[in-house]
Amino acid sequence: MSLATDDRLIVLAPIDTVAVVRCAIDAGTSLKISGQSVTLAQAVTLGHKLARCAMKTGDKVLKYGVSIGSVTAPIAIGEHVHLHNIQSDYTPTYALTEAGAVA
Amino acid sequence: MSMQGYLRSDGRKGIRNAVVVAYLVECAHHVAREITYPHRDHAQVIGFPGCFPNEYAQKMMERLCTHPNVGAVLLVSLGCESFNRMQLEQVVRDSGRKVDTLVIQRTGGTRSAIAKGQGFVAQAIADLADTPRVAMDLSDLVIGTVCGGSDGTSGISGNPATGRAFDQLVAAGAACIFEETGELIGCEDIMSARAATPALATELRGSVEKAAKYYAALGYGSFASGNANGGLSTIEEKSMGAYAKSGSSPISGLIKPGDIPPRGGLYLMDVVPDGPVTFGFPNISDNAEIVEMMASGAHMTIFVTGRGSVVGSAISPVIKVAANPEMYERLHEDMDINAGRIITGDASLNDIGTEIFDLVAQVAAGRKTKSEDLGHAEFILTYKSFEPIGPACLPV
Repeated sequence: MSLATDDRLIVLAPIDTVAVVRCAIDAGTSLKISGQSVTLAQAVTLGHKLARCAMKTGDKVLKYGVSIGSVTAPIAIGEHVHLHNIQSDYTPTYALTEAGAVA
Repeated sequence: MSMQGYLRSDGRKGIRNAVVVAYLVECAHHVAREITYPHRDHAQVIGFPGCFPNEYAQKMMERLCTHPNVGAVLLVSLGCESFNRMQLEQVVRDSGRKVDTLVIQRTGGTRSAIAKGQGFVAQAIADLADTPRVAMDLSDLVIGTVCGGSDGTSGISGNPATGRAFDQLVAAGAACIFEETGELIGCEDIMSARAATPALATELRGSVEKAAKYYAALGYGSFASGNANGGLSTIEEKSMGAYAKSGSSPISGLIKPGDIPPRGGLYLMDVVPDGPVTFGFPNISDNAEIVEMMASGAHMTIFVTGRGSVVGSAISPVIKVAANPEMYERLHEDMDINAGRIITGDASLNDIGTEIFDLVAQVAAGRKTKSEDLGHAEFILTYKSFEPIGPACLPV
């Protein structure tokens, strides 16, 4: 997976299946990921992750060249990778939404 | 600026010369705070809130009251708490420091206790002006690092840049400590491969396995809601970012809070209690980690933050490294270093690493950090229990 990736993304290790967003990017923006052109379905903010390849449930998610958890729902290339589609292999993640609900 | 340390009678050298006012139960906290109030530039409050005795807290208070940055100590007791104030006072006296204990129940009350304590502090500040100064260099320093309010930028800017600074500090002979084994979950293999000896590798791995079990029993990892808002999805992702603070030096040892590194090198601090889960979460907020660094002798702490923490600390200065360029803009009043320039492509990891390294030397020479200048002097200490470290943990 050494194909060209948009400057707004950082790939931390060649084998990684996610790239890190280095600035806020609006929904509908077109991005180049792993040589492929994708359109962002939703806005993402600094520090979040986008998929560099399609992943299926149970796959390990690779960042920094190591696993950071497992896929819980199929992920398409360019999709936002976060709590809704991956989980820890150790302890569950706790997150509050702005509305005060537990995500 | 050249480094001129404050020489203590145990031979250790401080970079600050503080008077510490220590409450020994929450009931004495108000009196302690009021005592320091007119002297906030020189006197700081630390303390332990609990009424039940705890060996860990006793050791931590002994280490903190004899920290090289501390020149004199006033203990403030209500009078009926279980904390062993007699032992603490003796330890401080044996260290050659001026010390006194104020027992509120014997003084006539709050007002009298405050007046008496303020008298002690004013005299101590005057006396400390004569503390001998001696040449000091980087090899005399103990430097801690923590991260707090981490986000998806911390692990690719501020944390690895701190790792580069740590590499330079270790090369210069300083003792550098990284910590929070609960935030190294998933890093067991790569971290233990850096151990100075195979026996230490086993200890390092064991400390993370202990943390994983401990947090699993509690039901939550060392992961706050803001971490997720900032793009981190799992504890192992957060761990990889936190681990980057350790740099690339070999790991010389594994210590627990209050153990003082015997010489320069890189040390991991195991902060997760031993035995069954007894007192709840290991470190309930970032300052608990900073306090443990200080108990192990840290002259200052490098604090990397992505979401944006504003804390400082009593006793030892805190250098704040902003990992996130957007947050730096919002909180520039509180940030000492802008590692967000790595994210925007305006600086390299080495550039920021060297900036941190240079600032460490300047702060050791007396330059105030942002949080010091703003008067931040947070402190927190709660209950824990530890077994002593094993023989394989320290360099021979």
